[in-house]
Amino acid sequence: MDLILQVKDLKKYFPVRKGLFSRAIGWVQAVDGVSFTLYPGETLGLVGESGCGKTTVGRCILRLIEPDSGEILFDGENLLKLNRESLRKVRAKLQIIFQDPYSSLNPRMTVKEIIAEPIRNHTPASKGEIQDRVFYLMEKVGLHPEQANRFPHEFSGGQRQRIGIARALALNPKLIICDEPVSALDVSIQAQVINLLIKLQEETGLSYLFIAHDLSVVEHISDRVAVMYLGKIVELAKDTALYNSPKHPYTQALLSAVPFPDPKMKKRRILLQGEIPSPINLPEGCRFYSRCPYRRNFCREMEPELKDIGENHWVSCHFPVGE
Amino acid sequence: MKQEPLLSIKDLRTRFHTYEGVLTAVDGIHLGIYPGETLGVVGESGCGKSVTALSILRLLASPPAQIEGQILFDGNDLLRMSLDEIRRIRGNSISMIFQEPMTSLNPVLTIGEQIAEAIRLHQGLGREEAWEKAVDMLERVQIPSPRIRAREYPHKLSGGMRQRAIIAMALSCHPRLLLADEPTTALDVTVQAQIVDLMEHLKEEIRTSILLITHNLGLIAEMAKRVVVMYAGKIVEEAPVEDLFSEPLHPYTKGLLESIPWMGRKIKEGRKPLQEIPGMVPSLKEMPRGCRFHPRCLTARDRCRNEEPPLIVKHGRRVFCWLWT
Repeated sequence: MDLILQVKDLKKYFPVRKGLFSRAIGWVQAVDGVSFTLYPGETLGLVGESGCGKTTVGRCILRLIEPDSGEILFDGENLLKLNRESLRKVRAKLQIIFQDPYSSLNPRMTVKEIIAEPIRNHTPASKGEIQDRVFYLMEKVGLHPEQANRFPHEFSGGQRQRIGIARALALNPKLIICDEPVSALDVSIQAQVINLLIKLQEETGLSYLFIAHDLSVVEHISDRVAVMYLGKIVELAKDTALYNSPKHPYTQALLSAVPFPDPKMKKRRILLQGEIPSPINLPEGCRFYSRCPYRRNFCREMEPELKDIGENHWVSCHFPVGE
Repeated sequence: MKQEPLLSIKDLRTRFHTYEGVLTAVDGIHLGIYPGETLGVVGESGCGKSVTALSILRLLASPPAQIEGQILFDGNDLLRMSLDEIRRIRGNSISMIFQEPMTSLNPVLTIGEQIAEAIRLHQGLGREEAWEKAVDMLERVQIPSPRIRAREYPHKLSGGMRQRAIIAMALSCHPRLLLADEPTTALDVTVQAQIVDLMEHLKEEIRTSILLITHNLGLIAEMAKRVVVMYAGKIVEEAPVEDLFSEPLHPYTKGLLESIPWMGRKIKEGRKPLQEIPGMVPSLKEMPRGCRFHPRCLTARDRCRNEEPPLIVKHGRRVFCWLWT
C-alpha cells in the first residue's frame, strides 16, 4: 500500500541561549531522530509525557517549526525541499487541529469566515459555492448553519473544537494532525468529539496523526501507537500488541500508571523514580537509564536503536520486557 | 458505621452577585465526611465542586460571594466563626491543596521558609525548630536531598516536586481534614501515580480525612471510599465507590461512566462508538426548570421537566431522580 506520510530521522534541536550576546550554551534535543510511517485511512497515536517532543513532531511535519534535518515525505513529496508557494499548496491536504479551542480561532472572525478562509485561499470558488460548502461542513461536524454568523466566544469549548475540525476539513485533506484535540474538554464532551473524528475518518478515509497524553483515548482511536520519551520513539506497535504486551520498560510503567475506573481492580503498579530529566545535553547511553527499573550497566554505555522484534513491533531497548 | 461526621455540610448555598445577576454556583447541598475516610467529589467544570471546597474554608471574597447554610466541623459552624477563628483553622486542622502547583507557592520565598512559616504560625514553634520540621516534612514527601531543596525557590522545582512541597506544607500541621482540589490534574501520569501513592501513604500515617475533588473517574475509583456526583450546582448521587461504578443510579452518572474510553476495552471488545451525553452543561444564568439534567437525559419524562426531583434513599445510597420514585 502507498504511504501517505513517511518521516525519516527527523531532528529538531532548540538552542538554550544565555548572556549578553545570546550565545547558545546548550541544546534541547526536542526531537532527536524520529522515524515512522502512516498509511491512508490509518490513525497513528503519538503518546508521551510533557516535554517528550510529541507536539514538536506534529509542528515539524507541517513546517510550522522548521526541522533541522530529516525527511518528511507526504504523498511522495519531500516537504523539506519545497519552497513557500509549493508548501502552501501542499498544506491544503495537510491540516492540523489544536488543543486549545479558545486561542486557535480568530475572535474577530465569524464562524463562517473562519471556515471559508481556507476555501477562499486555495480554490477559485464563487461566493455562493463557498457558502454552500461552509454550511455543508458545519452540518457535517454537528453545528447548525444558523450559527454561521456568530463569533467564537459565543460557543462552548466542544463546539469550538467542532469549528476547528470544520476548518481543517474544508479542503478535503488527506492527513490531519490532531494535537491533543480533546484534552481541554469535559469528559461528556470529549466523547462527542472523539466519535466525530472517527465518523469523519470512516466517511472520507483520511489519516490522523493523533498526538495525546491520555493513553485510554489514544487506545480508543488509534490503529498503531508510538510512545515517545525525551525526543525519541521508544516503542511503536499495533494497538493490541502495545497495550497487551508492552516491550519497553517505559511503556510498561506508563500503562501501569493510568488509574483504572474500576474500584474492584487493584492494579499492580510500576512506580518510576523521579521525573523526565531535562532534555538539555543528554548523556550517552539509553535516555531512560536514570528511571529504568531493569537497567544494567551496559545501558549506560550504548544507546539502543529502534528495532523490529517481529510482527512490526518496534522497540528501542537492549533488553525488551519478556523477550 | 454510626460515627459522627468530622465535617458536615447542611444546605450549603453559595451565590455570586455579578453584573449579570445572582449566580448560584452551589445550590443546597448536604454531605458528611467521616474521620479517616476519603470522600470523592466528581463532576465537570462548573458543577460547583471547587466552590464547595472554597466555601468550607471561606476562601471566597464576600462580596461578591454569599455563603449560606451550615458547615459543622467538630460541632462548630465554620460559617459563623470570626475571621480570627477561621484563620486558626485554615492550614491547621483543615488544609487545602490546589491544582496549579506554581500559583499556590510564593515565588519570592524559598520552599523551606514557606513550610516553616505555616508551622511557626500554627504550632508556635521557634524559627529553628520550625525549619527543622519543614526539612523533615520535605523528606517525608520523598523530596531528594531535602536540606538543599528547602533553600531553593519554587521555580527551580519541577511540577511534581512543587506538588510534593505543597503536600508537605498542607500536612505539616497534621490536619484532620485535607481538601484536595484536582491535586494531580496538572501532572503527567507517571508523576500522578507517585503522588497518589504518597497521599495514600501519608493518609495512613496521619489519619487525615480527605475530600478529593476531581473530574478523573479513574482517580476516584482508586482513592475514594464514598463518592458524591455533582451536576450544575447540585448533588445528583452519592454512593459507596463500588456501588457507584457497578450500578450507577442517576442517568448522569451512568452517562459519565459510559462516555470515557476505558483502557483495554477496545482491544478486548473491538471499537464501539463512545456513549455521548448530548448537549452541554447548562450555564448558571439559565438553569433549566425541574431536574437540571433533563435536557440531556435520555429517560426524561414530563415530571422531570417541571418538578425538581426529591431525595431518594435506596439501599443506603442517595440519588436525586424521578426514575427511582
